[in-house]
Amino acid sequence: MDLSDLQEIAQKENAAAKPMRIRCCTAAGCLSQDGQALKKALDEAVAAEGLSDKVEVVGVGCMGLCSQGPLVQIDPDGPLYEKVTPADAPSIIASLKGEKCKARVGDPTIPFFSKQVPIVLENSGRINPERIESYIAVGGYQPLCHVVREMQPLEVCDLITNSGLRGRGGAGYPTGLKWATVAKTDAERKFVVCNADEGDPGAFMDRSVLESDPHRVLEGMAIAAYAVGASQGYVYVRGEYPLAISRLKTAIAQARRLGILGTGVFETRFDFRVDIRIGAGAFVCGEETALMRSIEGQRGTPRPRPPFPAARGLWGYPTVINNVETLANVPAIVRNGAEWFASIGTEKSKGTKVFALAGKITNTGLIEVPMGTPLKTIVEEMGGGVPDGGKVKAVQTGGPSGGCIPAERFDTPVDYESLAQLGSIMGSGGMIVMDEKDNMVDVARFFMEFCMDESCGKCVPCRAGTVQIYEILTKIREGRGKPEDLEVLRELCDMVKQTSLCGLGQSAPNPVLSTLRYYRHEYDAFITAKSGKAEAEANA
Amino acid sequence: MAVKTLTIDDKPVSAREDQTILEAAREAGIGIPTLCQLSGVANLGACRLCLVEVAGVPKLLPACVTLVQEGMQVFTNTERLREYRKMIVELLFAERNHVCAVCVANGHCELQNLAIAVGMDHVRYSYRFPKLEVDTTHEKFGIDHNRCVLCARCVRVCDEIEGAHTWDIAGRGAKSHIISDMNVPWGSATSCTSCGKCVQACPTGAIFKLGATVAEQIKDRTRLDFIVTAREKKQWVG
Repeated sequence: MDLSDLQEIAQKENAAAKPMRIRCCTAAGCLSQDGQALKKALDEAVAAEGLSDKVEVVGVGCMGLCSQGPLVQIDPDGPLYEKVTPADAPSIIASLKGEKCKARVGDPTIPFFSKQVPIVLENSGRINPERIESYIAVGGYQPLCHVVREMQPLEVCDLITNSGLRGRGGAGYPTGLKWATVAKTDAERKFVVCNADEGDPGAFMDRSVLESDPHRVLEGMAIAAYAVGASQGYVYVRGEYPLAISRLKTAIAQARRLGILGTGVFETRFDFRVDIRIGAGAFVCGEETALMRSIEGQRGTPRPRPPFPAARGLWGYPTVINNVETLANVPAIVRNGAEWFASIGTEKSKGTKVFALAGKITNTGLIEVPMGTPLKTIVEEMGGGVPDGGKVKAVQTGGPSGGCIPAERFDTPVDYESLAQLGSIMGSGGMIVMDEKDNMVDVARFFMEFCMDESCGKCVPCRAGTVQIYEILTKIREGRGKPEDLEVLRELCDMVKQTSLCGLGQSAPNPVLSTLRYYRHEYDAFITAKSGKAEAEANA
Repeated sequence: MAVKTLTIDDKPVSAREDQTILEAAREAGIGIPTLCQLSGVANLGACRLCLVEVAGVPKLLPACVTLVQEGMQVFTNTERLREYRKMIVELLFAERNHVCAVCVANGHCELQNLAIAVGMDHVRYSYRFPKLEVDTTHEKFGIDHNRCVLCARCVRVCDEIEGAHTWDIAGRGAKSHIISDMNVPWGSATSCTSCGKCVQACPTGAIFKLGATVAEQIKDRTRLDFIVTAREKKQWVG
């Protein structure tokens, strides 16, 4: 297998394509809306109309606009259909012959689509995630081939460093620096781990990438492995993502068969094997040291850092751990160059970020925008604001580790530093939109309950502190709060943040601290009001 | 082995490069409160009582697992640290049912000593009063989960010194609890050798000798150190 073989596969795949393609979303969101039956109905309708030699129905990954799913796109230049049911299938196929279609036509020119800059999602919704040929046909695996045959490992690290890529899991550590640290460490074995344990409530970016374009992540991992000198990789994916797991398994098997993974990648002396490890439902296993313990077969609890995984990782060996989205950026950076990537985004945050829009928002789904895009553009223009004319009150970024950003601050550009200044974090990319009906004490209490349940119990501040914070929030919410409770709450939050062992505990108080910062009056309202009145107000 | 020099609470201290801040501080006669730390077994960094401030480092660092560095300026007893330590001890007291007056470890309990050391005179948080089991199925020992602080000392001595790994932790968060074997009563745990190291290691009255008086429950941690020294250095000295 070399570049010419890849090109041959691509040519064959493109030549075999029929003049018309009907792209039908088969990612988890649309499958939950009967997407599988729709794909079958479309196949049957094509056969019934005798169009099998001209038209093909392709099951593709996520097209982004999940709230309007299942989505069907006719290529080339055909319409986009929304909320398609299996009953619409005959009508859609008939419309190919010029008849009028009954299915609802979507508008692909709305800001939701037009303001996106797809890098990570460039193939999502376009290629068939279950066929490696489909990925190769759009140039896939050429970057890996180039890297292993033409580049030195440290050159690859430099390339990623120069691109300015930072970790997309939330903390924003420079990826190239992480790789170079591992590359320069002498060890008999090294590992590459892909963190796909996406656990934040309301976040589904990584799931979508794995379901829609799994080869891209494998390619990113293989490039990372070559750069640091690893020959074994693990994808740690949460058990709640069965479709992502099955597509990853398919992808790994296909890549091995073609000699792209396994022994002698692209007929070089570089070996790279990838295995999947499935998480068993612990949020804390998204924390890198807990994740590694879990891969080792131990109880998934974090340990103090340093030593960082780059120095002492899996089984004590130097390990690169990157998030799905980080790795998915890598092939594009190799293909288009570091300068291209660095030209997108802001001074300190380069490239794009994928966000999962959820909550009280018209256009629920996935978007990819350049770093530095104002929150207003994301929530109001692209997301279409609150359905039924409601008013956006705040947006929670970074899940339970992040904070609420009030609507008055929506001119803030989305990048690592700006969000941190507002008391939130970039996080992995979940954005939960809240409207005027949402009470901020409830929001804080919801996230605190999540952290309390998901605390691993190893360190005292997180295990016992979150319980007490939750208790105080409940007391306030039920109208039993006293003014001095707010002081105790603030002290506890500060203590849990400063003294907890891992990121889960250190960031658990963020939702409380940020709502206290911007919505103190809502806490006060519950405390000053008599309990009955507070209840009535909350239920109104 | 290279030696590093540093200051702990403005006192110049020298330490081997493989020593932790805690070890260096203890050698210099500077006390840092600890709970999960136990000489002879691996350090967890879990109780967070030994957190210290280091000049130039924004985060607080656990002294038990942080290695000394040349020129490090460590502060072990700032007002902020004292306040956090007190809060941690209060959280522990509120978490389970720590009633000293009816405890077999009363008077020789590390949690009780800590409360005195950090100046805890009352608990500002609401007591959780969980309903927890007391397992006295073992012929010699008992475990009272109401008094457990989840320091995992028993887990570590059993695994690392005795090599039996009878103890482990199940559940997570506030529901974490110590289990024997695959969550069976201690008396049915076939891996247990009845060596009693966990009894000696337990900082509170959670693991105790059956049928012994309060005075007889005084724990002898030097026994654990003795075994570790005997094994690792081949020196049979107490």
